[in-house]
Parts: sequence; structure tokens; C-alpha cells
Amino acid sequence: MKTRTILLLLLLLVSFGVYSQDTLREIKVQSKKKGLQKSYTLTGNTTLVTKKELLKAACCNLAESFETNPTIDVNFSDALTGTKQIKMLGLTSPYLMMTQENVPSVRGASQAYGLSFTPGPWIESIQITKGAGSVVNGFESISGQINTELVKPLTDVPILLNVYGSTDSRFELNANLNAKLSDKWATSLLLHGNIRDSKMDKNEDGFLDNPLQKQINVLNRYQYYNAETGWVSFINFQFMDDTKQMGQFDFNPDTDKGTTNSWGSEIDTKKIDVSTKIGYVFKDKPYQSIGFQNAFSSYNQDSYFGLNGYNIKQNSFYSNLIFNSIIDNDKNKFATGLNFTYDDYSEFVNTTDYSRIDNTMGAFFEYTYDNHDDFSLILGGRIDYGNRLGVFATPRLHLKYNPWEKGVLRASVGRGKRPANIFAENQALFASSRTFDIINSGGKLYGLDPEIAWNYGISFMQGFQLFNRNADVTVDFYRTNFQNQIVVDIMESPQSVIFHNLDGASFANSFQLEFNYELAKHLELRTAYKYYDIKTDYLSGKYQRPLQAAHRFFGNLGYETHILDKGQQWKFDFTYNWIGEQQLPYTASNPVDYQLPEHSPAYSLMNAQITRVFSSTFEVYVGGENIGNYTQSPAIVDSQNPFGPNFDATILYAPVFGQMYYAGLRFKIK
Amino acid sequence: MKNIVIVIWLTFVGLSVSAQENKNKNAKYTTEVNGNCEQCQKRIQKAAYSVPGVKSATWNIETHQLSVIINEEKCSMADVKKAIAKVGHDTDGMKATKEDYDKLHSCCQYDRL
Repeated sequence: MKTRTILLLLLLLVSFGVYSQDTLREIKVQSKKKGLQKSYTLTGNTTLVTKKELLKAACCNLAESFETNPTIDVNFSDALTGTKQIKMLGLTSPYLMMTQENVPSVRGASQAYGLSFTPGPWIESIQITKGAGSVVNGFESISGQINTELVKPLTDVPILLNVYGSTDSRFELNANLNAKLSDKWATSLLLHGNIRDSKMDKNEDGFLDNPLQKQINVLNRYQYYNAETGWVSFINFQFMDDTKQMGQFDFNPDTDKGTTNSWGSEIDTKKIDVSTKIGYVFKDKPYQSIGFQNAFSSYNQDSYFGLNGYNIKQNSFYSNLIFNSIIDNDKNKFATGLNFTYDDYSEFVNTTDYSRIDNTMGAFFEYTYDNHDDFSLILGGRIDYGNRLGVFATPRLHLKYNPWEKGVLRASVGRGKRPANIFAENQALFASSRTFDIINSGGKLYGLDPEIAWNYGISFMQGFQLFNRNADVTVDFYRTNFQNQIVVDIMESPQSVIFHNLDGASFANSFQLEFNYELAKHLELRTAYKYYDIKTDYLSGKYQRPLQAAHRFFGNLGYETHILDKGQQWKFDFTYNWIGEQQLPYTASNPVDYQLPEHSPAYSLMNAQITRVFSSTFEVYVGGENIGNYTQSPAIVDSQNPFGPNFDATILYAPVFGQMYYAGLRFKIK
Repeated sequence: MKNIVIVIWLTFVGLSVSAQENKNKNAKYTTEVNGNCEQCQKRIQKAAYSVPGVKSATWNIETHQLSVIINEEKCSMADVKKAIAKVGHDTDGMKATKEDYDKLHSCCQYDRL
């Protein structure tokens, strides 16, 4: 092992310092903590997903890291791209604010695939907040906020290697390298590569079950920390190149692109991000600080889906200045500041040019009262001006009250407003014979108006002891009420998708009952039942939101053996999902062979993973997804005539690929 | 003459005292406060915050150290200790009365010196 260590060091040309005792002790404490942490004291309804939880499933990227978590539903977006989509409170990710270390990350052009551009091993923790969220980062969040913290150069292990391979022929390689440059500077080099280059068509419909893909992703970051002066800083440089090829088995991009020889699709995305953070904690005033964040990003996607061409490029700049302090004493805190966002889009749907420049500027003020005991509130507001959104206010309120021990009552209300990037968010629909129509109502965004919604939520959690073991039960109810929504109308005709402003009502009610229990020592059970009532007035009437199950059940069972002296341990994890009937898009006007029922059947999915930790430096994991081998049939409507009028690869309510097994190993040097 | 010396000396001391009392709006102090548990922590911190001018107060259950930041224009450390003693907790240099101590919940009745 020692020679291997030295070899690696030489190969990678990385020097690293010996970590202090403090760091080691910190890691030990964390291993005792729960994977999912729900707080009794935080004001917002926030779940913290720790590194430990992320290791429960071989989460290759951010989109896949929510599978053991009942708050987020992981869905399949389409039969082609294999990209997983997440939902919270029954609403898709555009209604969530996604941030990476508190800088908005998955937004605009990257909405459809952005979650798959953050590799799993880069993630340190994820905070998921249900409901309105904070005003500090912006006005766009409606159903919630997900913040991802990446591993930190100063505190992460010097070397982590992760190798992964699966029976759907996907291979991954990750290397996290951290080094201390001086007592104040540290750097990370995070490398990720994945590839799937063999074609598979298990359901024999002539189409690939999974895309061929390649991704190279590199992040170099620097952290500065000076406890004496109070200055802290982060500087990040990221480059990503992702390519996907989908479609018919025989499709060859070199000869068949732009022809009707066979149907195929390619998505090439390149992304460059540069971001900086500077923070200063006032000397002798630890409660007062100032922070300045700047992020530049360039996202460039070239793609086509059969004969549909779709190219989008987004150059954007985001800046946020925050001042934190107290009023009178630290029971009364506030944060105030300014944001600025500039987005230059060049977007082409076939030959139609939708290029535009969006900019917004805003000021926020957020007041937090906390009596350090049983009550706290966060009252936030902001005023923004957008060149195409006008001037508007965003109020948000969160309350928390502990009526008795281990009981938490929370409530929230807030408004969100966002410009819908209709093509970027719904580009999966290009994989069909549908025409794209916009009912122009004279609005400033593709002829449409901005989406505006109010979100109301109430939640109660109670922790208790059952047969001398810890248990907790949570009930929450959230309602999102759209004042305006860009309705993606696939209920009118199977040959079209119509984008229009909401005419009538649209709401999403979400009810969740969660029960967690430690069945025996080291054996944890997590269960949740979810009910979604999501209805929208479409042109042809009121329907449940298509491809959204009204009832869902989630169960997760985790067992770990006691950790032995050298760190040896077994870990077992099993996840069960039952997904109820889903409303399907309208297909009744198709020829009989190409009609689908109004609702999909209910089905269940099972995932499992076993991890064997050999020592604190080496571990191996094996796992399976969709062990019950449930697949949707047919996955594609009229797959035999991809250029005919009935072809549709977008009606996906279940997996296309059956059982999948994977194995991998992690090697780390502390 | 002796009196004059005393007067001069007093003036000098007085001046230096007032010079020292160039009051700090963010004075940091750490002091020992006796207590046991989380309930004590809440009570101690609550008492500290009840003094106008206390900007931040954190009592560590393990070390029994209370860290405060106070605005000396509005209060002094003695005021903070007095308020804490009033709710039953002995502090460095200011003890709680027996009556106040006896009012504490049984689990909060720390060992008195």
C-alpha cells in the first residue's frame, strides 16, 4: 500500500500537508451522525444530506443523489437522453432554486441537464429547503431551494479515487486531489470522466435504451482562510465537456445527421465557469460580516433531435453583495445587499432566432428573529428590476415554533417569479413529431408572460421514543398557487405542444407523511407516503399534471455493522419506491395502435447497495437498480416510423432499461 | 501640602480611570458560570440577553464558560453577572442567593462550592 501511495504521489505530482488532529477528530464525529439530518431548531424546513448519505447509493452525479431521500422525487425525463429529472412538491426543477455554494447554478439554458454536470464525489453536502426559501439569492424559487456544498480544499482528504462500472456499460473515474499551499491557502483539483460507448437495445424497439455518452469535467479551486484578519476567499475554475448520442441503433451521425436514413440525436455541451467569493468577518464583531460573490459562466449547447435543431448559448454574470449584522443583540439578525444578473442568450430552434439579453438588478433585506429557545422567524423581502420582468417585490416569511420537547411546527409563505425558458426546459419534447406552437399573448418572453406563484406551507415534526429507540414522524402540507404559469400543453393533440399563459387555475397541493424509526441498533427505517394533487386548466379542460403520480410510497432500510479497529465495516442499503398511476398525455386522436390509456399502471422500483469497507483508506461497493426489472412497454410511440406523424419518445413514466448492476471502489489517503 | 498631593493624585487617578473608560461598544468577555445542562444554558443566556447592551451571549455546557459581547456604553460585566446570579447561577465573583438557587429545577441544581 505504501509503495502505491508514493507512486500515486509521484504520478500526480501533488504535495500535501499532514492534516492536523482537529480535522481527523472532525471526521470521526461526522461518521456517527445520521445521513439525513432534520433540525429541531432551524427556522426553514431544511433537510441536510451529508456525505454519508450520498455514499448509500453510487450517486454518479447530483441528479442521482436524491434516490434515498423522500423529499425529492427522481423521475425519468425521456426515453432518449437518460437524464434524470427531480421534482419537489410535485413541481419540476425549474421551480426550484438550485445553488452551488449559494451561487445560482442550474438555471436558464442548463435547466434540463445541469444536475448531471456536478459529479457525486465532488459533493460534500446538500441542503434541501421546502417552500418559499430565502430572498438572499434571488426571486426565482417557488417550491424550494437546493444548495450543494462541494468538498473544501482545506478540510477534504488529500486524495480520493473512485472507479465505477455498470452493466449498462457506463464507466466512471473520479480523482479528488487536495493540497495545502501554505497555512492560509489550499487548493483542490477535482477530475471526473465518464463514458458509455457500447450500444444496447434490450427492448428491441430499434432505439438505444441509454445514450452513448462522454463527459470530462474539471474543477480547480483555491481556498484562502485567515482567522487572524477575518478574510476568507474561494476562487473556482471549471471546465466541462459533455456529449451524448441517442436514437436508432443504426444511426451514424457522420452519414445520417439531417437525413431520414435513420433517426438520431446528439447533444454536445461545453461549459466554463469562473467564480470568486470574498468574505470578511469584522474584527471584534464576530456577528458582522460582508460577502461579495461573482460568477461568470458560459454554457454552449449544440444539439439536434431527428430533424429538429436546437442550439443555445448562454453567457452570464452573477454578482451578490451581502452584509450581515445584528440589531441590538444577536437575537435580531439581518442580511441585506444587492444582486445583479446578466444573461446573454443566443437560442435557435431550427432556424428561428430567439436570442435575447436578460438582466435583473435587485436589493434585499432579510430579518431573522430567534429567541434562542422555542421561536424564530425569518422575514425577507426584495425589490427587483428586470429588463423583461419589470419592477416587482418578493416577500417571504418563515416561522418556527417548538411547542414542547422534540416538537417543531413550521410555516412559510412566499412569492416567486421567473421567466420560463420554454425550449431549454422542455427540449426533451423535441424527440417527437410534435410541432411547437406558442400562443403569443404579447408578453416579453417568447410572447408570453413571466410565471408568478405563491407558495404556502405548514409542517409538523415530532421526535419520540418507541420501545427505547428513536423515532420521528413528520407531516407536511404545501400548496403552490400559480397566478401565471407557462402551460406546456400536451393535452390538446399528440402532434403538438402548445405553450400558453395560464387561462384559469393551476395549483399543486402536496401532502407528505414521513416516519423514521431505528428498528434495532444500526438498523434504520425511513418511510414516506406522498400525495400530490396537481391540476392545471389546459386548453381542452382541467387535468392532473401529466406524468406525475398522485400517490407515491417510499421506503429505505439501512443497516451497518459496528466499525472495527481498522475501520472495517459492512453497510447495506435498500430502497423501495411505489409509484401510483400517472395521467398520460392525450393520445386519443392517434390511430388505435398508437393510443395510450389515459393513465399509466402503478409500479414499484427497488435499489440496493452493499459496501464493504476494508480500512479507512479502501472500500468496495456493489449495487443494483431496478432489481424488480420493471420496464415500460412500449417506451416509444410508433418507434418503427420515427419520421411519421405519431412518433413520440417523450411519454415516459417508468424506466426503459431494466435491471442494472454496478460495482466500484473508493480509495482515499488521509 | 499633604492634602494637595492627595487631590492631585486623586485627579490623576480619576483622569486615568476615565481615560481607561473609553467605552468599547464591542467588548468581549469570557467568564465562568456554574450550571449543568441545556436548560441551564437557555436560562443563563436568556438572563444575559435581558441586560440591555448585551449583543451576544453563549454559554458552553462542557467548559462552563460564558462568552459575551457587550456595549459598555449601555452596561457593564457586573450587570450581566448580577442578572445571571438573579436566576440562580453562580458566576465568577457574583454568587446567587440561596433562595434563587433553590428555585432552580432539580436537574439544574449544580454543585455549589
